[in-house]
Amino acid sequence: MSTAPSQHPAILRTEEVTKTYRSGAVAVHALRGVDFALYPHEVVALLGASGSGKSTLLNILGGLDCPTSGRIFFRDRELTDLGDDDLTEFRRAHVGFVFQFYNLVPSLTARENVALVTEVAKNPMRPEEALEQVGLSGRMDHFPSELSGGEQQRVSIARAIAKRPEILLCDEPTGALDSKTGITVLDALIEVNRNLGTATALITHNAEIRRIADRVVYMADGRITHVEENAARVPPSEVSW
Amino acid sequence: MRMLDRKLVRDLRHIWVQCLAIALVLGCGIMVLILSTGTQRSLEATRKSYYEENRFADVFAPLTRAPRGLLTEIARIDGVARVEGRVVFTAMIDLEGRPEPASAIVISLPPDGRPVLNVPALRRGRMPRPNHPDEVAISEAFAEANRLRPGDRFQAVLNGQMRPLVIAGVVISPEFIYTVGSGAFEPDDENFGLFWMNETPAAAAMDLSGAFNDLTLTLAHGADERAVIAGVDRLLAPYGGTGAYGRDRQPSNVFIEGELKQLGTMATVLPPIFLLVSAVLVNMVLGRLVSLDRAQIGLFKALGYRSGTIAAHYTKMTLGIGLVGVLLGWGFGWWLGDELTEIYTRYFRFPSLHYRPGTAPIAISGVLGMAAAVLGGLRAVRAATALSPAAAMSPAAPPVYRRGWLDRLGGLAHLRQTTMMILRSLTRWPGRAAVTLFGVSGSVTVLVASFFTFDAIDLILEDLFERANRQDATVTLARPVNERAQIDALALPGVLVAEGIYAAPVRLVNGTRSRLVSLQGREPDARLSRLLDADGAAVQVPQTGLALAAGLAEALGAQPGDRLRVELLSAPRGTWEIPVTAVIRQSLGQDAYMNREAFFRLIGQAPQVNMIHLAINHNDLAALQAKVQETPAIARFALWSDIRRQFEDTLDESLVTMTVIFASLGMLITIGVVYNAARIHLAERAYELVSLRVLGFRRGEVAYVLVAEQMLLTLIAVPLGWLAGYGFCTLMAEGFSTEVVSIPVLVTRRTYATAALIVILTALASVLIVRRRLDRVDIVSALKQKE
Repeated sequence: MSTAPSQHPAILRTEEVTKTYRSGAVAVHALRGVDFALYPHEVVALLGASGSGKSTLLNILGGLDCPTSGRIFFRDRELTDLGDDDLTEFRRAHVGFVFQFYNLVPSLTARENVALVTEVAKNPMRPEEALEQVGLSGRMDHFPSELSGGEQQRVSIARAIAKRPEILLCDEPTGALDSKTGITVLDALIEVNRNLGTATALITHNAEIRRIADRVVYMADGRITHVEENAARVPPSEVSW
Repeated sequence: MRMLDRKLVRDLRHIWVQCLAIALVLGCGIMVLILSTGTQRSLEATRKSYYEENRFADVFAPLTRAPRGLLTEIARIDGVARVEGRVVFTAMIDLEGRPEPASAIVISLPPDGRPVLNVPALRRGRMPRPNHPDEVAISEAFAEANRLRPGDRFQAVLNGQMRPLVIAGVVISPEFIYTVGSGAFEPDDENFGLFWMNETPAAAAMDLSGAFNDLTLTLAHGADERAVIAGVDRLLAPYGGTGAYGRDRQPSNVFIEGELKQLGTMATVLPPIFLLVSAVLVNMVLGRLVSLDRAQIGLFKALGYRSGTIAAHYTKMTLGIGLVGVLLGWGFGWWLGDELTEIYTRYFRFPSLHYRPGTAPIAISGVLGMAAAVLGGLRAVRAATALSPAAAMSPAAPPVYRRGWLDRLGGLAHLRQTTMMILRSLTRWPGRAAVTLFGVSGSVTVLVASFFTFDAIDLILEDLFERANRQDATVTLARPVNERAQIDALALPGVLVAEGIYAAPVRLVNGTRSRLVSLQGREPDARLSRLLDADGAAVQVPQTGLALAAGLAEALGAQPGDRLRVELLSAPRGTWEIPVTAVIRQSLGQDAYMNREAFFRLIGQAPQVNMIHLAINHNDLAALQAKVQETPAIARFALWSDIRRQFEDTLDESLVTMTVIFASLGMLITIGVVYNAARIHLAERAYELVSLRVLGFRRGEVAYVLVAEQMLLTLIAVPLGWLAGYGFCTLMAEGFSTEVVSIPVLVTRRTYATAALIVILTALASVLIVRRRLDRVDIVSALKQKE
């Protein structure tokens, strides 16, 4: 299902966002004025070399970090100057995260890691349902240490989507996985996007993966260099790297 | 500086608060050790030289009257070194501007003015000159309390005769380092004093010219004290000897012994807790540092550093903690020892008492402190050296969790996942949880034991002043009189009730054990001064047989049903076999009681009294005191409100200070343990906790995982600490009880609750300090660190 971006108003939008880090005595300009929009139902791939600003942008979109200048909107609501508590509420209600290193709580089983989120969400699905969506019905009572990397990443996807978020932000979800396992993880993501209509932004520096997205945003040196629209999304199973 | 040492300094700078917390706990142990053993040694050494220089006697024997010629016979007893016979009696003192009379013990000085034994040490003025019958030397404490100086004059009632006296000098005596008047429990320097006067006027006043009524002697080296005492008793029996006793029954010496014993108990019971807790804390913190340094250790080894060098590196860190702790402990121990000694100088009259801990306690405590730190770090140091370079440089395997009883529990109780995280962390690292449990319960233990002192004192006070002794005043008569005197007493101004008592010195013997005590003959229906049973309820003195204070019964190994040999040491003297029929509760003093009528029936005499308890109308107090002062038959008049005030003043000062100190020490343990545990928890799980923030958990919800784990452990530790605390109180009661004071083991709910509350609040404050760190963790940078 591919929806043209312009048909709906953007769910997340940035205007001229910059981000400067102080790293010791050096100022690092991670973002140098980024205008970006994420639309409902779409899958966007963020592509770029290491240090191009992808993760910084994703963190700012997800309310984990604040821009140095510029503005950011969630629908019509401006997030730019929100305090830590409001950003927490924003993440809690609307955003799911998937990271390269899974970020699972080692002391909780797969089911419990998902329940961690469903316990605090407003209208969540059951943990079992979320795990089913990522094809892990059989491994629900396993601890992270008993799961393979791909399985752990799928648990983290289940955990991210269990609260039915409108936005799913994935930072190199397949970065730590071999290609075969990576494909199962991408399948899970696409499946969720199809079933729930979650707007998904996906960071990768694997050029092949861009083919599964509706749009590809190329970044370099803290800026968006160009945006590409894919006429049709390719199923993950047809991608290889 | 070598690179490893530079790393050491930087590491220490990074975790200095944690290290300081451990050093403080360690320092507490050292401090208590230095404080108690140092003070004990100072007190012991000062006493020893004072006793030697002023020739403190070894055996003491009061009697009614014996001719001086008997002294040569006593000197011939095998094992006796020097003998001195004196005239000793009680007098009433009339000081200008004081409504009630003070009482004093008058002690005679030999004709040449130089006592052979128990030599008073002159503080001011001079000793009374021979041939100056009106000159006296008075005790320093009494002089200070009443602002008396050499040259001052006052009136005294000596055996019913009013006499003007002049103060020649102010002295102290090894016999009266700690002075308590008869019938009192605490020093009352204002109302009780000691007088030394020439033998001639003293003997004349008591009609004892050419005679003596008090004997003291020293023993030859290697002499058998028991044999000498038996010999003395035999020779004094015809002269009204009330039983000779050694230093172990000499009141002032007994009190100092008790104090020394208490210091000894403090030195043996408390420091081990602190040293153990600090060792465990070193283990915990260093273990954490080694696991954090894992990759670096691998690198050092790869670079060619020997295991020994790496072991030395981490051991230096424990030495650093140990050194700071020991220095702190020495410093505070010395300071507090000085303060405690200063307090002692107010109660104990020594020529000079200074805090001189000596080198041994300092050296021993230093070694123990360093050993605790180094041994505590041993496990971590061994772990560091055991790592192979290759294994060390690869990341540690993730913790493995397993399903078990906890999951069933979680499922049944529908626990939240954050709660499950806490429970799994506890079961995954039981050792770590045990450390916190151990430390926090230790803290509760120390607090319960500290506050228990108040419980014990409260109970003693309540027993003494509210349950047992409800009289307003007690009159001690100069000599026993017919029991009709109690009816006469009702005629005194303001007297509402009068209860007569007959107190006689006796020796109780049970097999090989014996004790010199006061046997009190009482009326069964006494309403003012009552006996208490084990639960503190008033009981009547049994119709027949002896009622023994529990401490006395224990000292004699006697139980109800046992028959004791009772040697009456006052007229008409004699020995009877009397069964023990009751054991009663008495915390202060250890006396024996009997029905007065039964007692006199047994000894075949008409009932007498020598003490009268009074309930009085306080409006008539002044008139009563005036009347008492002019009644020669009354040797002493004591107001129980004065006794109580004196008691409480003394307690307030020393007890509150000590309790505040120990309560602070108890709190320090909790701070040291909980702060360190929370810091380590945070350091190891920061990433996990931050992940929760990413998922949209609020700060409070994330902090819950950190705070609740520590607080859960604290809550579990509290009842454990209560149990240990109770055991500890039993030990303390045993250690602090002396022949004179028996400390009741009763811990009130108030004590348990206060200890728990303090520990819980301290733990909460400690973990909340760490929580502030958690709040400050930046989400993005924490996520980056993992990568």
